[in-house]
Amino acid sequence: MSHVHETSADSSNRVKSLVAALEAAHVLTERELDAAVESFLVHAQPANGARIVARAWLDEAFRARLLADGNAAAAELGIDLAHWAPVKLRVVANVPGHHNLIVCTLCSCYPLALLGPSPAWYKSEAYRSRAVRDPHGVLAEFGTKLGDDVEITVWDSTAEVRYLVLPARPAGTDGASEAQLAALVTRNGLIGTALV
Amino acid sequence: MFAIGDRVRARVMNPPGHTRLPAYLRGRPGRIDFVLGTLPFPDARAAGVASAAQTAYTVRFATADVWGADGDPRGSICADLFESYLEARE
Repeated sequence: MSHVHETSADSSNRVKSLVAALEAAHVLTERELDAAVESFLVHAQPANGARIVARAWLDEAFRARLLADGNAAAAELGIDLAHWAPVKLRVVANVPGHHNLIVCTLCSCYPLALLGPSPAWYKSEAYRSRAVRDPHGVLAEFGTKLGDDVEITVWDSTAEVRYLVLPARPAGTDGASEAQLAALVTRNGLIGTALV
Repeated sequence: MFAIGDRVRARVMNPPGHTRLPAYLRGRPGRIDFVLGTLPFPDARAAGVASAAQTAYTVRFATADVWGADGDPRGSICADLFESYLEARE
């Protein structure tokens, strides 16, 4: 493994060179590439994650199915994870005394289909290296102060598995509709850097 | 093959090519938390074997077993690791 870390400018230059070479070789055109990227991203919306969570808060049986088989439960809501890549979805639930946090220490694996493109900090070396060592400290820097007695499991996405945190349902939301509950769900809540 | 609850250790290995066994977990003791089934095996795919696949497991490590006294004292780290990254331990 190389310990020379590539900067984003290096990666960007490499992508430009690769695209230019593929165009020169008539393997693809820039228009085809744009269409492929658009198709990849158009259905990748944070609203997908929010809908899944709101349904799980309202429907105990759905929650159980979601925790047992994330792909099948997402498909019930019309979200086909295979549209993007053949990944396995695992949903991990926050419960009293136990919190979950998601990271990819090796690169930037992220549940894109359910949260949209990842924020820059998720890909930063600081987050990736510190989340696994000092999750309480990292969460505090996000303004999320968990008691010392709260156990944190950090999920390092090292294979073709994507993780989503199922936050605890906020207090005082009895009687809220699924749409009202979905509106409360935040991206950071589903990564685990915030509570909902 | 491992089963949920089995005691395992991430192998100490430094292959010349690609691997997705994080360096910070090599040599660390953990337990099988979940059996993921067969997944694409990146080490062999990176070497040109496009169809390579292997059984993968979610392995739970106590944070203290990974970082010692400098890590979160109560928490744990779960990583998705392939069969060939793991060995059984007593």
